[in-house]
Amino acid sequence: VRKYSSAKGQRNIEKVLVANRGEIACRVMRTARKMGVKSVAVYSDADRNSMHVAMADEAYFIGPAPSQQSYLSMEKIMQVAKKSAAHAIHPGYGFLSENTEFAELCNKEGIIFIGPPSSAIRDMGIKSTSKAIMSAAGVPVVEGYHGEDQSDNCLKEQARRIGYPVMIKAVRGGGGKGMRIALSEKEFKEQLESARREAKKSFNDDAMLIEKFVDNPRHVEVQVFGDQHGNAVYLFERDCSVQRRHQKIIEEAPGPGIKPEIRRKLGEAAVRAAKAVNYVGAGTVEFIMDSEHNFYFMEMNTRLQVEHPVTEMITGTDLVEWQLKVASGEKIPLTQEEISLNGHAFEARIYAEDPNNNFMPGAGPLLHLSTPPSDSCTRIETGVRQGDEVSIYYDPMIAKLVVWAEDRQAALRKLRYCLRQYNIVGLSTNVDFLLDLSGHPEFEAGNVHTNFIPQHYDELFPPKEAISEVALCQAALGLILREKIVTDTFRMQSGDKFSPFASSSGRRINIPYVRNLTLLDGENKVNMTVTYNHDGSYDMQIQNKSFHVSGDLSSDGDLDCIRCSVNGVVHKSKVVILGDAIHLFSPEGSEQIGLPVPKYLSGVGSVGDQGGAVAPMTGTIEKVFVKAGDKVQVGDPLMVMLAMKMEHTIRAPKAGIIKKVHYQEGSQANRHAPLVELVEEDSESE
Amino acid sequence: CPRAAAAALRRAYHGDKVATVGSQPDVASPVYQENYERMKALVTELQQQSEKIRFGGGEKARKLHTSRGKLLPRERIDRLIDPGSPFLEFSQFAGYQLYGDEEVPAGGIITGIGRVSGVECLIIANDATVKGGTYYPITVKKHLRAQEIAMQNHLPCLYLVDSGGANLPRQAEVFPDRDHFGRIFYNQARMSSQRIPQIAVVMGSCTAGGAYVPAMADESIIVGKQGTIFLGGPPLVKAATGEEVSAEDLGGADLHCRKSGVTDHYALDDNHALHLARKVVRSLNYQKKVDVTIEPSEEPLFPPDELYGIVGEQLKRNFDVREVIARLVDGSKFDEFKALYGDTLITGFARIFGYPVGIIGNNGVLFSESAKKGTHFIQLCCQRNIPIVFLQNITGFMVGKDYEAGGIAKDGAKMVTAVACANVPKITVLIGGSYGAGNYGMCGRAYSPRFLFMWPNARISVMGGEQAAMVLATIAKDRKAREGKQLTEEEEKTLKEPIIRRFEEEGSPYYSSARLWDDGIIDPADTRLVLGLSLSAALNAPTQKTEFGVFRM
Repeated sequence: VRKYSSAKGQRNIEKVLVANRGEIACRVMRTARKMGVKSVAVYSDADRNSMHVAMADEAYFIGPAPSQQSYLSMEKIMQVAKKSAAHAIHPGYGFLSENTEFAELCNKEGIIFIGPPSSAIRDMGIKSTSKAIMSAAGVPVVEGYHGEDQSDNCLKEQARRIGYPVMIKAVRGGGGKGMRIALSEKEFKEQLESARREAKKSFNDDAMLIEKFVDNPRHVEVQVFGDQHGNAVYLFERDCSVQRRHQKIIEEAPGPGIKPEIRRKLGEAAVRAAKAVNYVGAGTVEFIMDSEHNFYFMEMNTRLQVEHPVTEMITGTDLVEWQLKVASGEKIPLTQEEISLNGHAFEARIYAEDPNNNFMPGAGPLLHLSTPPSDSCTRIETGVRQGDEVSIYYDPMIAKLVVWAEDRQAALRKLRYCLRQYNIVGLSTNVDFLLDLSGHPEFEAGNVHTNFIPQHYDELFPPKEAISEVALCQAALGLILREKIVTDTFRMQSGDKFSPFASSSGRRINIPYVRNLTLLDGENKVNMTVTYNHDGSYDMQIQNKSFHVSGDLSSDGDLDCIRCSVNGVVHKSKVVILGDAIHLFSPEGSEQIGLPVPKYLSGVGSVGDQGGAVAPMTGTIEKVFVKAGDKVQVGDPLMVMLAMKMEHTIRAPKAGIIKKVHYQEGSQANRHAPLVELVEEDSESE
Repeated sequence: CPRAAAAALRRAYHGDKVATVGSQPDVASPVYQENYERMKALVTELQQQSEKIRFGGGEKARKLHTSRGKLLPRERIDRLIDPGSPFLEFSQFAGYQLYGDEEVPAGGIITGIGRVSGVECLIIANDATVKGGTYYPITVKKHLRAQEIAMQNHLPCLYLVDSGGANLPRQAEVFPDRDHFGRIFYNQARMSSQRIPQIAVVMGSCTAGGAYVPAMADESIIVGKQGTIFLGGPPLVKAATGEEVSAEDLGGADLHCRKSGVTDHYALDDNHALHLARKVVRSLNYQKKVDVTIEPSEEPLFPPDELYGIVGEQLKRNFDVREVIARLVDGSKFDEFKALYGDTLITGFARIFGYPVGIIGNNGVLFSESAKKGTHFIQLCCQRNIPIVFLQNITGFMVGKDYEAGGIAKDGAKMVTAVACANVPKITVLIGGSYGAGNYGMCGRAYSPRFLFMWPNARISVMGGEQAAMVLATIAKDRKAREGKQLTEEEEKTLKEPIIRRFEEEGSPYYSSARLWDDGIIDPADTRLVLGLSLSAALNAPTQKTEFGVFRM
């Protein structure tokens, strides 16, 4: 193919390498495809069958699963870029997106790095530098004192200059230790001394710094865009206040309750910030905002953010398209005056994690995955499909659900409606938590701040209620109807298709068929009796309550929809029966109802109770505390496992004797693998 | 839907249209309404009595049983058979009011046919809540009858054993005779030799003779710490040799699975044992080869409960058996044979749950023509390998000078010969009276139908109670006359009344069922289902050719 050099100093991008994986890789490729730009994927061992590989026009293997050896390997990615003759590299977010060295390497190799100049990355990467630049450019920053002079007077003077309330923080501090708040000058000395004492004890160093204290701040960020022609625009703000583990989970644009005047001030400050570093491409200027809507510069992210779709939704833009255009030397497609704000958008991040266990990240197979239908107002940004695995090696985000509506209330309603249709089986997710969160009255009122989850902890994590009887009836019916499908399948395959023995009528002679069924609500056994009526309905009894139940199951692929009438009220839900659990997804929320594993199967099943000392996820055995022959009590630590960057202590699920230890220190154990063989003392036999 | 497609295909051929039988009854008529109410009352009584029997040996015994971690026998069956599949239970009323004050619900043993891992199996489950599961004479009879059903229909046998063995006080009625306890093991051996699998699941005691059930089985399972097998229990051992030993050490699962080899599989509990039994059945490599044509099943055009209003309780009221047929067969389609000849016997072909059947039903007393027509029809069914359903409502063969002279005995004998020799599956339902030789011609118990069921309105005796009383009164009158005396009206009444009462009592379906003269009393509305299940079970046996005896011409 002949290459023509561009006439106007512009560089044409016809092929882009996406140096990323998961949803963002898919997201970039979608726009590339729309623009007629060929896309090149790179993939690690863990991603051979991933969605981004399937979506790309070309795909190159770059190494083993750990990202250090694959997605973070600059040489390997550069090799692929050359081999595939890509004109540009889109780094996505994370990985190499804010790596100065890589941006320089691209520059050196003559490949367009889709992002800002390396100098901007460098400047913004260093906190003190960035603050100084911003301060000089007239962008409000959080005032502070980081000086050498630690005399009481000096610190007090600085506190007065910054303005109360102030935060007194140990320079070497961490975990809240050696940290105090002084609301006024009156308490300053007392708090300072208290902080010093604690710091001395904890870190053997009582050097302090003073910072402006912002109570319950909001996290507000502004999307900016610059081009190579010195232009910069803002695309309004996003509110990303609600966070857990210092990570955002729900974002919206525009920020709730922010007046147009503040919005303009925010935007202009952000543009000043961008111009101060000659910013090119997509960037985000993060501010903290107090309850009076005063805002202070925190940092600038020199990449496309995870939550960029909410901005796209309210401005009707495609920021990846802008990135590609700007990178090839074009001007920003719209001027500031042409960018208008329209409606309201939310993004909810769906993670493989367990909100009830301190949001511990998870991994595992997506045995069942069904999503709400996507349309122009509903975006499902994902990099996984049913049957894929959420890998332990990368971020456990499964998808981003983005919705748009004319106003905040409508958008929120839509978000919740769609979340209920986001049904996942196979691993713990935060979907139900997102529903609780987005349904919280304070969230609905727009009263968001970074402390939202701890503040409303009790309401967001109510004690688990017993599964409703209606849900149990639906589960039981789902089970019976599923059984019926199995029976019917067998029947249609046999040569004896119409024998009444092949029916699922449960008919008995002269007496009703009353079936005893046990379901599990968590650990609790729920006994129910199901009477099969001749008309195909069922009378179900749970304790002393009776329910008349009927309905049908319609299968759409491997998705079963159940229509279930309980005492005359019709409920519609999705039902997924997998392994030892029935998953019900209904407009009221989701329920997981367990099926008791018979004693005889618990020793051999995949989730094999086997005493339950199984690996909670794939990981490395860090420490082994027991050896064969040891006697253990319930709760005794058996091993420590390192997985998902966290330590997990594996404890004895029952008292007994260790018969065998299956893993040594340093070895890798797969999810649900039995780690030890543990026998109860009295059941040596069989 | 293949069913709809097949139906459409059939409709496409105009000539293949089949006439349907049956008519809309006049539901408002007093006769229909009275019939309906009285039959309904009989069915309600049947269900209430069955419900009592369902609970076996009572609350106390059930509690004790379950407190040991054991499942109740019906629950065992429920978990053994394929989930949600029907269970064709036999003779729930075995032993009903048979032993005076001693109640033996269901005869202390539950028998029936159910699908296990897709295979129709004969299941025999002891009910240990009833007298410890010991064998009363009726228990033995019911066990043997179940084995006979298995043998005739070639059904794998599953024995869920939980029994204290023979009921010692009644040993004389249980042990010595041909059709007593020993026959159980004889049958097991014979069936095994005929490749009818014998599987025992030991879920409780298995003492003395009972020990042979698992020992004679092809494959056996025992529940740990629960099942025991020994020829002599600990008390007997102590009496005989002075040795003191626990039941578990003497014949527990560990002993039999590890040392003696009497049992093959060790189960952790009842559920495990039943799970293993299902696996054993899956390993039988059993194939049901149905060698009849099968068509898609269709519901009859008329609701089954109309049978209540059509038939009623009073046997003297006539009804057209075609109306009964219309409520039993697929699509109410009945191809009548020889409709214009010998019309007190209705014969014809139909399908039930897609299986072909020849139906023979009574529409009055049997004449020579009807008997000859019946004989012809049985020959047809045997020639074509079509199962026969007898709908019995018969007062007998016609009597009288002209008929005897016309050779009714000879013609009746033809039909009896045909019925006796027919080797196709025969299923009899007593839907009304069953009297005298009519019972023989219409395949009564003595003619070894594969299955025989009774409706709750049915009556069975050598003749009607009133007729019998009349006969006896006439004889008494004649004797008195010879002595020159006369029988007073008062004397005649005292003579007749107890006979009528006795015939009434002994002719009752409960009396019959208690003694296992049938395989159960059924709700008329369930007849189609019961026939379908019976046919399905019967078609497990390979076809046997029929050779008729000499027909007296």
